[in-house]
Amino acid sequence: MSAPLLEVRGLVKTFPARRDLFGRATSVVSAVDGVDFDLYEGETLGVVGESGCGKSTTARLLLHLLDATAGTIRFEGRTVGSRELPWKAFRRQVQIVFQDSYASLNPRLTVAESVAFGPRVHGVPRAEAEARAHELLARVGLEPARFAGRFPHELSGGQRQRVNIARALALQPRVLVLDEPVSALDKSVEAQVLNLLLDLKDAFRLTYLFISHDLEVVRYMSDRVLVMYLGRVAEIGPTEEIYRASRHPYTTALLASMLSMDPDRRTEAAPISGDPPNPIDPPPGCRFHTRCAFAEDVCARRAPAPTAIAPGHAVACHMSVAGSGHSRAPARAA
Amino acid sequence: MNGALLEIRGLRVTFTGGARPVRAVDGVDLALARGEVVALLGESGSGKTVTLRSVLRLHPEDRTRIEGAIRVDGVDVLSLSGEALSDFRGRVASMIFQEPMLALDPVYTLGDQIVEAILRHEQVTAREARARALRLFEHVRIPSPERRLDSYPHELSGGMRQRAMIALALACNPKLLLADEPTTALDATVQVQILLLLRELQRELGLAMVFVTHDISVAVEVADRIAVMYAGRIVEIGAVRDVIRTPRHPYTAGLLATRAHGGRLSGRRLATIPGSPPDLADLPPGCAFAPRCALAVDACRAAAPEPVEVGAGHTARCIRAERLPTPA
Ligand SMILES: Nc1ncnc2c1ncn2[C@@H]1O[C@H](COP(=O)(O)OP(=O)(O)OP(=O)(O)O)[C@@H](O)[C@H]1O
Ligand SMILES: Nc1ncnc2c1ncn2[C@@H]1O[C@H](COP(=O)(O)OP(=O)(O)O)[C@@H](O)[C@H]1O
Ligand code: SF4
Ligand SMILES: [Mg+2]
Ligand SMILES: [Mg+2]
Repeated sequence: MSAPLLEVRGLVKTFPARRDLFGRATSVVSAVDGVDFDLYEGETLGVVGESGCGKSTTARLLLHLLDATAGTIRFEGRTVGSRELPWKAFRRQVQIVFQDSYASLNPRLTVAESVAFGPRVHGVPRAEAEARAHELLARVGLEPARFAGRFPHELSGGQRQRVNIARALALQPRVLVLDEPVSALDKSVEAQVLNLLLDLKDAFRLTYLFISHDLEVVRYMSDRVLVMYLGRVAEIGPTEEIYRASRHPYTTALLASMLSMDPDRRTEAAPISGDPPNPIDPPPGCRFHTRCAFAEDVCARRAPAPTAIAPGHAVACHMSVAGSGHSRAPARAA
Repeated sequence: MNGALLEIRGLRVTFTGGARPVRAVDGVDLALARGEVVALLGESGSGKTVTLRSVLRLHPEDRTRIEGAIRVDGVDVLSLSGEALSDFRGRVASMIFQEPMLALDPVYTLGDQIVEAILRHEQVTAREARARALRLFEHVRIPSPERRLDSYPHELSGGMRQRAMIALALACNPKLLLADEPTTALDATVQVQILLLLRELQRELGLAMVFVTHDISVAVEVADRIAVMYAGRIVEIGAVRDVIRTPRHPYTAGLLATRAHGGRLSGRRLATIPGSPPDLADLPPGCAFAPRCALAVDACRAAAPEPVEVGAGHTARCIRAERLPTPA
């Protein structure tokens, strides 16, 4: 495989949860805790996991909408935020689309103004920015003659999400971070937007980080999938390998929680019990050990390191780490 | 239906508080037998919640016009008032929500709230009520139930709060449970647990249940029949198997065809339904789905289609139903 476009290493973000009288943090939310992944040019990397597992925080850290507590991001081999690649230059290459199509648009700007806004800030002359905005609106399926002059409240959710996509494309980025882009849309509109994203990716040779809690949608859209649990990467690998032969017990339970759509094959037993624990004071060791059917002593003591089990497929579970001390782990290689 | 536990006839709900009246529900007919589960499936704004809330008379009286008839266990719901209405709520029919904090009071312990609900409806001692609260908590499988009765709602995780809300709804042994997307806000691994719990309780207690959802796979998991709503009307209703295997309304067929499922073959695109759901304050005449429908003809735009029998216990409000290709 060629060199990654984006390399994320050791990404950490904590938020103060409670403060004492003097405003000092007395406990913290461990939202993202040592996340590593690569993003390759032209691929779609899906990110799944339950709410609060750190998907959006990871996205915001990538876009520098939040300051990371620790970690590095490299883009085409250059460290982001250093002299070789300042944040501002990086931000032109990476844009984001959020779930809430309404909150992400300025209610006082027309659709065309919103799309032209970014380029204008970056010094593109008005006429040129507007012409390009009209082109992009047409490209996302909003006929400029009808829609360019409308305000966000005059659009449906699906139409607003198209505007957000056009706006994200206005600076000609190479990477789009899509944070639950269809989750707020009506089911009858979802497929339109997914198709649009596939078309745009081909047309503009884009790379996607596609975040969703909808496991069917992620499977459909992604080349590779990253599974997060409580701020950490549980498993990452090629989509069909993850969906057909997952190796992390959490991934397996999550996928087994998908409903069958077959009245003759209804779910008879829940794959795991309980809720995900609180990210304030998360469990020590493997964060999944409190719900894991395979947990042994070592799981509560030590966090399993992500371990390659096949090309491009890594799992953070003691059962996959040779010599970890878990009874199901392979013997350490001689 | 004879001996139906819930019978809704010609329900029309119009909100008159705004600049233009909004007809959120436009002629809903629905009957449930005792112990039966019907999923009310539809997208945002299609009138699912408004239909449910009508059964408990939860709409603001001064700004809502309700027409039609609703009977639950022989009671004419639309004529209830005062004492009789509060007695009906909770004892005959009760409701659970997507957001449990709508049902739970943040300043009382869960135990006190259940005890209070029981004492309001029944002549029992506080002690007996507390014992029943404990049994309810065991029943909905809350771990350390004794201790949890003394918790406040905010001290519980999302899934546990949902269980507590279910316990509260069942406190007075209702015959009809109205469930408004009780698992929509939950994570996948927790959603399954709550769906299984509801299915089990429903069977064990012989409850009739109307389960509102926008997720077809959830409907398939819990219901005996599915009623598909679009723009305030039930456009198709039938047994789960029939509706999902041989949908007869183009909207239902479209919803099923556009679902992403399985891997994507390269270059392939999803089937789509064009356009978006209509504005209820500005509905087209005739079939509300006509502007998005590939099969629409002039007659569809002229008058709203009546339900057409398309199979045993299976109807669709579509005059072109027979033109739909039969799925492979
Ligand atoms: N009190 C009210 N006053 C005015 N309009 C209302 C009122 N309650 C609901 N509506 C409108 O009635 C329509 C149907 O709403 P309803 O809540 O039943 O939708 P729903 O099918 O439950 O959707 P969702 O999936 O979003 O919950 C919507 O257009 C809504 O805005
Ligand atoms: N600004 C913030 N302040 C405090 N906690 C936060 C903040 N943003 C996110 N969190 C917490 O960080 C964790 C991860 O959140 P998030 O990244 O939004 O999860 P996801 O997108 O996977 O649902 C959650 O526990 C969340 O409550
Ligand atoms: S490391 Fe242990 S607790 Fe964690 S997933 Fe593997 S077996 Fe389960
Ligand atoms: Mg999020
Ligand atoms: Mg609703």
